[in-house]
Amino acid sequence: MTTTTKTVKALKPGKAPKVSRPGKAGRAAARRQAGLSQGQLVRRRFLGNTAAVASLVLFVLILVLAYSAGGFLGLPGWWKYTHNEVTDVLNGGVPTLQLLPFSLGEHPFGQDRLGRDTFAQTMRGVQISVAVMAIIGLVGGFIGVVIGAAAGYFRGWVETLLMRLTDIVIIIPLIILAAVLGQVASRSVPAGVQPYFLGLFVGTVVWTGLARLVRAEFLSLREREFVDAARIAGASSARIIFKHILPNAVGVIIVSVTLSMSAAILLETSLSYIGMGVKAPDVSLGLLISQNQEAFSTRPWLFWWPGLFIVAICLCVNFIGDGLRDAFDPRQKKFNARRAKEAPVPPAAVGSGHPGSGRDLAGTDGSDD
Amino acid sequence: MLTYIARRLVTAVLILLGASFVVYQLTALSGDPLHDLRASNAPNKDQLIQQRIDLLNLDVPAPVRYFQWLGGAVRCVIPTQCDLGYAINGQPVTEALGRAMGMTILLVSAAAVLAIVIGVALGIVTALRQYSTLDYGVTFMAFLFFSLPVFWVAVLLKEFAAIGFNNFLRDPHIPLQTILLIGLVSAVVWFVCAAGTLPRRFGAAAIGFVLAAAVMWVLSATGWFATPGLGLAVIALTGTAIAFGTTLLAAGLRNRRALYAALASAGAGVVLYFPIQPLLAQATGLMIFLLAVATVLAGLAAGYLMGGYDRRQNMSAAAITAFLTGGLILLDRYMQAWPAYMDNSRINGRPIATIGSQTPNLRGDFWIHGLDTFTHLLLPTIALLLISLASYSRYARSSMLEIMNMDYIRTARAKGLSERTVVMRHAFRNALIPIATIVAFDIGGLIGGAVITENVFAFAGMGQLFIKSLERVDPNPVMGVFLVTGIVALVFNLIADLVYSALDPRVRVKA
Repeated sequence: MTTTTKTVKALKPGKAPKVSRPGKAGRAAARRQAGLSQGQLVRRRFLGNTAAVASLVLFVLILVLAYSAGGFLGLPGWWKYTHNEVTDVLNGGVPTLQLLPFSLGEHPFGQDRLGRDTFAQTMRGVQISVAVMAIIGLVGGFIGVVIGAAAGYFRGWVETLLMRLTDIVIIIPLIILAAVLGQVASRSVPAGVQPYFLGLFVGTVVWTGLARLVRAEFLSLREREFVDAARIAGASSARIIFKHILPNAVGVIIVSVTLSMSAAILLETSLSYIGMGVKAPDVSLGLLISQNQEAFSTRPWLFWWPGLFIVAICLCVNFIGDGLRDAFDPRQKKFNARRAKEAPVPPAAVGSGHPGSGRDLAGTDGSDD
Repeated sequence: MLTYIARRLVTAVLILLGASFVVYQLTALSGDPLHDLRASNAPNKDQLIQQRIDLLNLDVPAPVRYFQWLGGAVRCVIPTQCDLGYAINGQPVTEALGRAMGMTILLVSAAAVLAIVIGVALGIVTALRQYSTLDYGVTFMAFLFFSLPVFWVAVLLKEFAAIGFNNFLRDPHIPLQTILLIGLVSAVVWFVCAAGTLPRRFGAAAIGFVLAAAVMWVLSATGWFATPGLGLAVIALTGTAIAFGTTLLAAGLRNRRALYAALASAGAGVVLYFPIQPLLAQATGLMIFLLAVATVLAGLAAGYLMGGYDRRQNMSAAAITAFLTGGLILLDRYMQAWPAYMDNSRINGRPIATIGSQTPNLRGDFWIHGLDTFTHLLLPTIALLLISLASYSRYARSSMLEIMNMDYIRTARAKGLSERTVVMRHAFRNALIPIATIVAFDIGGLIGGAVITENVFAFAGMGQLFIKSLERVDPNPVMGVFLVTGIVALVFNLIADLVYSALDPRVRVKA
């Protein structure tokens, strides 16, 4: 609540200069407004979105917790157990986490049947799952942008060829293709790096949606006047694509990649769950649930923690993606005429008492022309 | 138009050829189909290996084998000549595929229909009340459901919905704390849904609390959960409410003729409740279907006979009411069969199943088997529903928001149309256009998309067949499943485009 009120107040001075008045003050305001780059505008709108900012903070906290506790790149973490270390089962492996007063205890998330520490396993699972998610998103994003941009810019036979290729990949249900590729990866690559290869392979098949999106964006952008101007000035195709068109399409791309990452973490955990993804010596959140679901009635904590982390990560990524979408394209959250009719109070005054009114303002912000 | 469809179909065949070649090679690459035999200690090991090589033509390289498979698959154009090869255990793929397809359709159809109806309704309502508590609540729930891994939900459902509810049925009395808790949950829901001033919403919450707690107390005290049923009074009350509700949405309460037509249909259902019971005792699937058609026709007739300046409104209001009242009577009949189902020796008082699609060797009439299918489909349907519900509600919301900001909506308001007409006639129908195409896409993907759900609930559908075959490096069933999902997806893509151009005259397909 308090953060919301703060953002509303912080936003207000930013909004004020938008009303252009003649005179000296007006010109100064116009200059100040002109001084805001696209990136600053987007950042300002994103920071006004309470849900997205809270999700970003939570996501970063989860990452810091997972990487610092488990250690990475050969560095040791601060947690005393590793994910595959077998110790004596204490008190039936019941979790020792206490919130009031806060104490971690010996095994905060409990232990499994063999005596492995669930906290260490879950943290390792978060590391792997997030890494795989990022690889899928980046690889898929890269291929999608390259194929979509080439098809949309060059048109002609290049477009026909690339779009038919997209049709072929899109027609094969994603989970089926990922399962086959995961299977191949698991048999030809040594354990340890396997999860990353899984991400790489899955990334090579999830680019289809983005490719279609980027193509459509390029098709409309290449007909704009500034592209014509650049072409007449003698710019090469590469320069037009990278300097003139791509920066204008970057919002669509970032939003789409972010949202595809939330789909990617569900895909990775699902594949691991049915035994086609990350396999046994490695740990992933889906694999942990799969290994422990039989023990639900005796050791429910083995099942709860990995699941909660999947939901938390996925929820955060979804909210961040949604916030980015609103920030890049505020037109999608048009002001509702009906609401204005029923509530003649200025939105800022209504907003200050409402939760999440930061979003409200961010939405109306762009449509005041 | 025809040239367009023909060109699309030719492209689709080419895409299917390319994709099937890729899938066949990948499956062949994914491992050694003789793996289990090589490791076995059977005395006739070499003979078994040779047998399998002959069955699956393993001595032929995979690219060539694909064309052998294609030769058989092409003949599927004539249904009786279909040859999709054999699975690794010697069973013809067409046989296994047919059974699996029936199971999958059974599983996904109920979930898809429910998800579309509830999701679209939620999306429309939240769009009409943008930035209300209800909107924020539904948005958060949509994001939450969207982020749930289906296997995790499935295990939770099995543990709490199935095992917990079965334990509860052993002694169906609700303790006081639970009654109060249910009342509180209901109060929160009423508070979120209610509009208006704060006192009014608290009033709604109080009503919600009292209603839910009272209903729960009555149900518990009368042992309703052991011998459920609706009875004539509840059917009459609900039928009247349905009549008012459908008239409100379809015609507006001012249209008295529509209201009387709808009430007459509900009344006819109540009058026919007792006379129809002996007929229902010997029900078959076909009979229920014919009765449903007759009910809708009777509703349409009632609306037509009522006359007036706009018969279509009467007819739709009366037909929907008749159909829903008929559904209530059907539900009541199923509930009457519940005690017999519970006492069945195969069920043994634990009705909600966690795995499988039916109880093996169950004996009973139409109603018992219907209940058996219901108890088996309940959990997977909820799991699938939660996840697809979220995306539909989001799509419907954004689509409706966009429409509500259109100029023609302002025009409709400006010329003095009632809010109902503006929303139901001008906005809702146009908001459905993009949703219709998304639905068509989704149905294409849904047939093969229930892989995980089938796996968790041990439901022998196509996803299960695919995964099991893939684990055994058995290309023929994999190809069979792929062929079905691929054709369905391509056909529904085409349908989606055609539907779009049919619904939205601004969009024309290029001939």
